[in-house]
Amino acid sequence: MKHFDVVVIGGGHAGCEAAFASDRVGARTALVTLRETDLGVMSCNPAIGGLGKGHLVREIDALDGVMGRAADASGIQFRLLNRKKGPAVQGPRAQIDRALYKNFMQREVKTRSSIDVIQDEVVDLILDGGSVAGVELASGGSVRARTVVLTTGTFLRGVIHIGGVQTPGGRMGDKPSRPLADRLASLDLPVGRLKTGTPPRLDGKTIDWDGLEMQAGDDEPVMFSSFSSEPEAKQVSCAITHTNETTHDIIRENLKSSAMYGGHIEGVGPRYCPSIEDKVVRFADKTSHQVFLEPEGLNDSTVYPNGISTSLPFDIQVEYVKSIKGLENATILQPGYAIEYDYIDPRALTLELECKALNGFYLAGQINGTTGYEEAAAQGLVAGVNAARSALGHDGATFSRTNSYIGVMIDDLVTRGVAEPYRMFTSRAEFRLSLRADNADQRLTPIGRELGLVREKRWDAFSEFKEDLDKCRSSLDAVTISSRELHAIGAKINPDTPSRTAYNALSLADFDISELLELVPSTKEMDVRVLRQLKCDALYANYVERQQRDIDAMRKDEGAVIPENLDFENLGGLSYELKRKILISRPKTIAQAKKIDGMTPAALMVLQAAIRDPSKRLAG
Amino acid sequence: MDTIFAVATPPGRSGVAVVRISGPAAQIAAKALCGNIPKSRGVRQIKDSTGDVLDEALVLNFEGTASFTGEPVVELQLHGSPAIVRSVIEVLSTLENLRSADAGEFTRRALENGKLDLAQVEGLADLIDAETEAQRIQAMRVFEGGLSDKSNFWRANLLRAAALLEATIDFADEDVPVDVFPEVRDLIKGTQNEIREEVKGSFVAERVTQGFEVAIVGPPNAGKSTLLNRLAGRDAAITSEIAGTTRDVIEVQMDLKGIPVTFIDTAGIRETDDEIERLGVERAIDRAKRADIRIFLNENNDVRENLARDFDIVRYSKSDLRDDKRKGISGKTGEGIDELIDELILFFEQRVSSVGVAIKERHRDALLACDEKLVEVLSQIEADEQVDLISEDLKVAVRSVDMIVGHVDVEDLLGEIFSSFCIGK
Repeated sequence: MKHFDVVVIGGGHAGCEAAFASDRVGARTALVTLRETDLGVMSCNPAIGGLGKGHLVREIDALDGVMGRAADASGIQFRLLNRKKGPAVQGPRAQIDRALYKNFMQREVKTRSSIDVIQDEVVDLILDGGSVAGVELASGGSVRARTVVLTTGTFLRGVIHIGGVQTPGGRMGDKPSRPLADRLASLDLPVGRLKTGTPPRLDGKTIDWDGLEMQAGDDEPVMFSSFSSEPEAKQVSCAITHTNETTHDIIRENLKSSAMYGGHIEGVGPRYCPSIEDKVVRFADKTSHQVFLEPEGLNDSTVYPNGISTSLPFDIQVEYVKSIKGLENATILQPGYAIEYDYIDPRALTLELECKALNGFYLAGQINGTTGYEEAAAQGLVAGVNAARSALGHDGATFSRTNSYIGVMIDDLVTRGVAEPYRMFTSRAEFRLSLRADNADQRLTPIGRELGLVREKRWDAFSEFKEDLDKCRSSLDAVTISSRELHAIGAKINPDTPSRTAYNALSLADFDISELLELVPSTKEMDVRVLRQLKCDALYANYVERQQRDIDAMRKDEGAVIPENLDFENLGGLSYELKRKILISRPKTIAQAKKIDGMTPAALMVLQAAIRDPSKRLAG
Repeated sequence: MDTIFAVATPPGRSGVAVVRISGPAAQIAAKALCGNIPKSRGVRQIKDSTGDVLDEALVLNFEGTASFTGEPVVELQLHGSPAIVRSVIEVLSTLENLRSADAGEFTRRALENGKLDLAQVEGLADLIDAETEAQRIQAMRVFEGGLSDKSNFWRANLLRAAALLEATIDFADEDVPVDVFPEVRDLIKGTQNEIREEVKGSFVAERVTQGFEVAIVGPPNAGKSTLLNRLAGRDAAITSEIAGTTRDVIEVQMDLKGIPVTFIDTAGIRETDDEIERLGVERAIDRAKRADIRIFLNENNDVRENLARDFDIVRYSKSDLRDDKRKGISGKTGEGIDELIDELILFFEQRVSSVGVAIKERHRDALLACDEKLVEVLSQIEADEQVDLISEDLKVAVRSVDMIVGHVDVEDLLGEIFSSFCIGK
């Protein structure tokens, strides 16, 4: 029998990032996957990043995770979304070559980690009292571990729908893990059902690209990792086409045979990623919808038509695809499908993503009700670092809404639960102006270093950058420039207003910074990355200062711990409805309690008073 | 959770005195007094522990959450004798798990159990304090949730505007409307207009609570004090035939058809060498300026133009001594008094009709803070500023509205509000 500190089940984005995090922390780590070649496989759209999601990837990178570097190494088109809006809401995004991405992950496992990959299926957990102690394998063996991270994605009771045909399965071509699901059911965890979908995959060689609008990447690509400076792979364009009235007619006529509309699906789908059936029904007055034709790789002719995911029967898919401009002769390589799967209500987890009902058992990724590679990977990292630290006898690692999107996501999940597949948006972060993609390193690399996640190479690079940054900031702060001077070099500013520091002047839009730097001789040698960072910081300095009070207040609330044995049941002054919600999510801090839907200031005061009152605790 | 009790009616002798018991042990406590209690209401004998009958009372029983406080409540309607009330309270004090209520605690529980929101609690406080009909109507509107409804409406509109802005941020790569700014601007301007109306009304609302002021102004010996005495029906200001008798400001409060009005009799305005009288004149001018309306009283047509507003009232005094009765008034005989009062009522009724649902300084402060942010947001939109910054300021505006009904950041305020309550309300 093999012994490990941590065993990770699943080799998707959550599983990989969990295993890497655990490995970096120094725990002996095993990763169990059905096939070693499936490590880092992208089962849905061939892209990483985007709004909110790009922030998560930057944060994973700041914690020395893998996703950012993998995406940079395999990106075939880089675009910074919201380039014209403020840096706080800009999201780096890249089209990914699937094969390159998978290769990178597998090489990373082999050459830059000491992770043991076990090719097998986990059929059961080994329990020891109230704790998990390892896993049983289908091949008959077992693996002992102090902690276990489960990242099974949509494999739990997965059912694939194409029209009226249902096939059990986690992903096209893979078998679902039913035995493990039964084991989880015996733990009596709250379980819900969700669904998601994919479009039919097309053969790019059969698409008529001429006459389609092409979209190239940015001239100055923005990378995910602070280690990367430019794309490695050849860069390509995507194409844009549109559905039309004929497409919509075909879909409308065949709605009944769609799995969704035929009543075969009970799971809740995401509102922000509707199937083409949904779009046609819900936005009946729109005569056309955008479809992005995204290449899946440089040496792969498969094209992912983003925007037409479906659960219609195959023949209908063929028909409606042909009605779209450029796709008249397109061949479908793999039909689109909807997939239904079980998820565990994440309110059953702690901020460390540990299952409250079973010590040492961590859950990450889609099984927690999220959607998206980035959300999965970020949870994997959190579960991995905690599983490892717990196995090694260290304190847990939690992230806060005040320091990261990771913190926002975990907090949302474990205190509010999910009603539809959870996706990150920038608007979920109340401190959005401070939690920017550009300052992810400054926010998280020091924390990651403390936790043992950040290795020497990154720490040295970061420390050097940070030193530069601080030095330049203070030289800019030391110089005062009159508004008249600033006006003269092109800044949009009233020349009669008071003078300001050169740092503050960086925030003024629309003028050539090099002229400003002429006025501050000590910054002549300034690194362009340092300058870019300082400009972003200056831009938000006033707002961030204003938000600091709120941030402090939230940190205080996060520090106000609600004792685990608080007798919620007999706490007066809480309405029945609210009490029920509190009992489900069992908030650990006042900050978490505040997030509960329907929470009132009065009820918060009751809680705040109760945590100081020993008589309000359960006996024993 | 404790069960609390208190006398809900004012102290002293009265027809009926109400003792209210609220909390999980309310029914048990009532049973200790009455033996058995009715399902909803009934008459029971109230006895102490030795079995002596203290009183016969109407007992109201609210089980579950259908009470004012949202918890089990029993109300005892006793005969209003201080001795009976005292003895019943004494018995309650000896019962286990029962204690006398703190100031405002019943209302606090209603708030905690979601029976009232913060604005309603304030409405209730005013309602209890209401002395005139206009005050009652104004407080009732708020207690019934008028302000809460409006705040929620503004909140919904501003949230809609914020959501539109967020859509352009988070769904930039998808099919969302590109130019949301016209709708955002309309939503904000619409809300702003309503908020500004409410702010205007809130100043009048304060007058309704505190009383409108009517200053009687005129030269010495014009008959101002006589008029005030006639209005008040008693000798409030000393009147004499010697000019300059009233050197200080004299006030009389009245209820004019439900509207609380304070009449102010001022020193006669004239040039004088008398130091004390001069001070009196200065004060008179100052007070008269601040009043809501002025009655200029003269024996001839000599209005002080620098004080007058176009809605002010002019009357010729001592009409009993004159043949021309136009605009005449006599404090001595009462001639023209009814007409004057009618004119004042009409004037104030018009004013009061502008009152909305924002009635407190706190409401006004929140609305002004919201308006200030909205002005900023609109100018940012005009200047084509970064949408993430615009969105941030809009969220601050929403929070100001939230403050009114008490969604956020009101912890400090709660203590303040509750401490201003009396026991038993």
